[in-house]
Amino acid sequence: MLSAGRKTQGAEGLRAEGLSFAYRGKPVLTEVGLELRPGEWLALLGPNGAGKSTLLRLLAGLLKPSAGRVELDGQPLEGVTGYRRGQTIAFLSQNGGYPEDMTVEEVVRLGRTPHLGLLKREGKEDQEAVEWALEQTQTRPFRHRLLPTLSGGERQRVLLARALAAKPRYLLLDEPTAHLDLHHQAEFVALLTSLRAGGIGILTVLHDPNLALRADRVAFLSAGRIVAEGEPRTIVTQPILDHVYGPMVRVHEVEGRPVVLLG
Amino acid sequence: MRRASLQAALSPRSGGAWGGRRLLVFAGLLLLLVLAFVVGVGQGAVSIAPLEVFRALAGLQENPIVTDLRLPRVLGAVLVGAALGLAGAAYQGLFRNPLADPYLMGVAAGAAFGFTLSISFAGMVGAFGGALFFASVPGFAAFGAFVGALLAVAFTLLLAGGAARSHDLILAGVVVGSILTGLSTLVLLLDSDRIREVFSYTLGSLAFMGWRGVEVMGVALVVASPLLLGLSRALNALSLGEETARSLGLPLPRLRLLLIALSTLLTAIAVVYAGIIGFVGFVAPHILRRLVGGDYRFLLPASALGGGLLLVLADLLARVVARPTELPVGVVTTLLGGPFFLYLLWRARHA
Repeated sequence: MLSAGRKTQGAEGLRAEGLSFAYRGKPVLTEVGLELRPGEWLALLGPNGAGKSTLLRLLAGLLKPSAGRVELDGQPLEGVTGYRRGQTIAFLSQNGGYPEDMTVEEVVRLGRTPHLGLLKREGKEDQEAVEWALEQTQTRPFRHRLLPTLSGGERQRVLLARALAAKPRYLLLDEPTAHLDLHHQAEFVALLTSLRAGGIGILTVLHDPNLALRADRVAFLSAGRIVAEGEPRTIVTQPILDHVYGPMVRVHEVEGRPVVLLG
Repeated sequence: MRRASLQAALSPRSGGAWGGRRLLVFAGLLLLLVLAFVVGVGQGAVSIAPLEVFRALAGLQENPIVTDLRLPRVLGAVLVGAALGLAGAAYQGLFRNPLADPYLMGVAAGAAFGFTLSISFAGMVGAFGGALFFASVPGFAAFGAFVGALLAVAFTLLLAGGAARSHDLILAGVVVGSILTGLSTLVLLLDSDRIREVFSYTLGSLAFMGWRGVEVMGVALVVASPLLLGLSRALNALSLGEETARSLGLPLPRLRLLLIALSTLLTAIAVVYAGIIGFVGFVAPHILRRLVGGDYRFLLPASALGGGLLLVLADLLARVVARPTELPVGVVTTLLGGPFFLYLLWRARHA
C-alpha cells in the first residue's frame, strides 16, 4: 500500500496550489499551498477570520479561486463534474442546518445524492453505504427518530453519517466539534481516527489546538497565509502560537504531552 | 393489539418510521377528496341529493346544474388547489422558508396588475378595442393577467441577478410585488369605474373556471407535476442547506430556475382562471409536512391532494354560507386559513 502511495504521490490527494481568494477586492487567502492525502487527518488551525472556512470551501469546489488552483487526484477540480466531485469529496459545513421532519435514516440517505443524481433508483450499494455510515457513527439505534429529538452530539454524528454515506475519499469538516461537550469531543476524535485508518483523508477546521494535537498533521493559517505546517508537536509550539494568537496562549507539558492553555 | 399497531403506524418515532403512516394519510386524503367532491357538486344555491349527483355524473339523468355548472367548478377547485399546493410545497423547499407561498415571486401582484391594466385599457378603447385582440373583454383581461404574472416573475429574476441566491430572490419578489400592487392602485385611482371588477378578481372565485379552465389547468398539472416530482431529490438535499446541496453535486442555479419556471406556470394559470386565492398554497404543505414528513417524493403529491381538498371545502363554504349569494373563495380561505393555521402552531407548541 505504501509503495503504491509513493508511486502515485504526484497524483493522489486533494491539493491546493498557489491558491488565492479575494472577496469584494479584499484578499482572504494568499497563495496557499496545502495537500490532503488519503488516510491522513490534517487539522487546520488559526484565529477567527484567518480564512479557514474559505479554504475549506475552495477545496470542496464550492468557491472559485481568484488565482491558483485545486487538484483532485491530479485533475483540476474545476474540470470535475458536480456529481463526481460529490462522490469523492464530502463537505460538512458548520451551520448548514438540518431538516426537522426527516428521520435520521432519511437524512443519511441524502448523502447518496451524488451517486444517484435526480432520477436513479436507490440500489443495494446505496443501502449498504447508508448502513455502513450509520454503523461508523453509531447512529443506528436512533435511525427512525426525527432530528429535532436528538441531542447536539447525536445530531452532529448523524450529519457526519450523511457526509460518510457518499463513501468519499476526502472528508472536509468545518469545526465539527464546535457544539460538542468534552465527552462528545473525545468520541468524535476517536471516530475520526478510525475513519482515517480506513483510508479516508480528513481535513478539519478546528479552534482547539489540543484537539489538533491528535491529528497527523497541523497547518496554521494566519491572515490568509499558511504560516506553519507539519507534525503536530513540532507545530503547536510557543513561538508559533505567539505568532498566530498573540501572547495570551501558553503551551505546557503535562505527562509528557503538550497542552495549550490560556494565559 | 390493533390499537397499538395503529399507533405505531401513526408515530414517526416508531420502528416503521413513516411507512404505514404515509399510506394512511394518502388513503385518508383520497377518501376525503371524493367525499368533498360529491358534497361539493351536490350543494350550493340549489341542493341536489347525492343519489341524483351520481345519476347525473353517470349520464343516467340530465342535470345541467351538475354537468355545466357544479362539475367544472368543483373539478376546477381540485385542480387549482392542487396547483397551489404543489407550488407552495416546492417554494417552501426551494427557499427553505416556511413563509414561502406560491405568490412569492410576484405572480399574484403581476397578474392583478396585468388584469387591471388590460380591463382599464379595454374599457377606454371600448368593446371594439378589446375585440381587436380577443373575442371578449374577460378573455383579454385574462390574457393580460397571464402576461402580467409571467413578466413579474421575469422582473424578479432580473432584479435578483438570476437564480443563484435564494435570499436575493425573496427580496426581489417582495419588491416587485409591492411596486406592481402600487401601480395597480394607481391605475384604479385614475379609472375608478373598474374597482369592483378588479376587486372581485383579486379576491378569487371558482365560478368562472368553466370546462376550458379545467382543461388548461389539467394539462398544466399533467405536464408540471411529473417534472416537479423528478426534482424532489434536489428539494430533499436542499433541506440540508444550499451549500451542502451544492457539495452533493447538484447544479443548484439551474434546478432552481426550473423549479421557479414550473411553479410559476402552475400558479399563473391558477390565478388567471380563479383569481388570487390566499393561504391554500401556504397552509397545505405545512399541514402535510407534519403528516407525511419532509421527503418531497411524498410531500409534493400529498400537498397537491391536500390543496385540492382544502379548496373544494373552501369553495363549498363560500357557496353555502350566504345562500343564495356567495362569498369570494379567497375571503373564506384567508378568514378560515389564518385562525386554523394559528391553531396548528399553538397545538404544535403545546404538544
